[in-house]
Amino acid sequence: MPLVWLGVAPFFAWALAFLLVPAGALLIGAFRTQDGQFTSEFVREIFKGTSLEAYKKSIEISLITALLGGALGFLIAYAALAPGAPRIVRPALMTFSGVAANFGGVPLAFAFISTLGTVGLATRALDQLGINLYDHGFTLFGFWGLVVTYLYFQIPLMILVISPAIDGLKGEWREAASNLGATSTQYWRHVGLPVLLPSILGSMVLLFGGSFAAYATAYSLTSGHIALVPLQIGELINGNILSDPHQAYALAFGMVIVIAVAMSIYFVLDRRASRWRRHVQ
Amino acid sequence: MRRSGWFWLSIGALYFIIPLAATAEFSFKDGYSYSFAAYREIFDDPQFRDTFFLSLKLAIATIIVALLLFIPTVYWVHLRLPRLRPAVQFISALPFVVPPIVLIVGILYVYNYQWVPGKYLGSPYYLVPGYVVLAFPFMFFALDNAFRAIDVHTLTEASQSLGAGWTRTLWRVILPNISTGAIAAAFLTFALVMGEFTMASLALFNTFPTYINYIGQTKANPAAALTIISFGITWLALLGILLVGRRPGRAAVQVGGAR
Repeated sequence: MPLVWLGVAPFFAWALAFLLVPAGALLIGAFRTQDGQFTSEFVREIFKGTSLEAYKKSIEISLITALLGGALGFLIAYAALAPGAPRIVRPALMTFSGVAANFGGVPLAFAFISTLGTVGLATRALDQLGINLYDHGFTLFGFWGLVVTYLYFQIPLMILVISPAIDGLKGEWREAASNLGATSTQYWRHVGLPVLLPSILGSMVLLFGGSFAAYATAYSLTSGHIALVPLQIGELINGNILSDPHQAYALAFGMVIVIAVAMSIYFVLDRRASRWRRHVQ
Repeated sequence: MRRSGWFWLSIGALYFIIPLAATAEFSFKDGYSYSFAAYREIFDDPQFRDTFFLSLKLAIATIIVALLLFIPTVYWVHLRLPRLRPAVQFISALPFVVPPIVLIVGILYVYNYQWVPGKYLGSPYYLVPGYVVLAFPFMFFALDNAFRAIDVHTLTEASQSLGAGWTRTLWRVILPNISTGAIAAAFLTFALVMGEFTMASLALFNTFPTYINYIGQTKANPAAALTIISFGITWLALLGILLVGRRPGRAAVQVGGAR
């Protein structure tokens, strides 16, 4: 091996030791019992009962927050980046998004408990207006509460990742369309959306991954009472001494598979999106 | 700007502000009036100090190790191995898609008592290798941008023709030119470690975020105060990046993995 490769050896060694080997070992661990025998029991367990429910719920919540966060994030980013917006709007939005996208975990759960919990500020304010959220079946500590909370980092994440694509929309295209007599709706239907769609969908895949992986917020908000895959893994690892960690390895490996599928979709979409980007630059 | 634009911007602003305002209000609430009682209770708690300083030390250790790992790597890739850049970029982006819970479960499985001496297993610094991995995306994209903005070849040749060795070139010539990128990566890593709950909790270490969770299960107002403090840390880190002169809005740099 040529000597110049030594310069990058530490990086690859680190990635191997603390990322690739641990993630790969889970594949082996998923097919083993505590005493090292081969078994497919744990992997089969994924497709049954509570584990299957957890995967469904995790995928469902990730899809919903990716769609809602993606749509809202796009509309907000487009409003801020559109020509004619005051110049202060853009840097302000980017800074706030940077903060909100990096603010998550346990504190985020408490922020929403103070807002939409049973005695939260928004809950009380709405109650005075005659709308009692909790009488209408809403609870912050269930599925939709989690959706509302996750959107706090999903929307700004969307704003950060979609902005370059919105910047890539050329003003000339719009002018050309309107010179040819297109209405605003026609412009969006035949030019704007087709160009942006791969980027929007690609960004939504990233949001999907963000929700799917999230552990801390859900743990803190629901005290582990909602069946999501990360919470089940946490429970198996340090909840109960009778539980088998190898079941956790199987569940964790299942997460890697789901993410890998989502990522393959992302790469296909990204390739399509970059076709337009080449024209743009 | 059109009216619909203002509408969506206001929705975004309200979504951002209301939870913070509600938390702040809650943190100052003291019976039927307002006071700093919740904050005083937190600052007087020795556990707050212990866990806060532990997370601080872990953050500093993570930043040092990650910078030592990435500055030479990205430098070398730009100077001599541009072919490897896609591979380094791909691996650096992986932690964005590998959930922290998967990473820590894998690390706990591989690095257990059979391999690792007890004094490392019981030390919170056990978390640092995994935290460095979580910092990969920040490190790579911030430093890669910084290196792209300078002429690595000319700087290196100039430095070496004047008699400087590799260490001196890196330390005295390259580093000052990429420092804004390095500082941006450091601030983001700082915010990351100060808020990291998943790995610490599964490996059973008491860091600042696990302390926030513990307080939250028992005391509501101090938990709100801690939330405001934690939000302040994220703010300071992101403001720090702005102050060292990075333009805001370089998306890739600010985006990390899930928590």
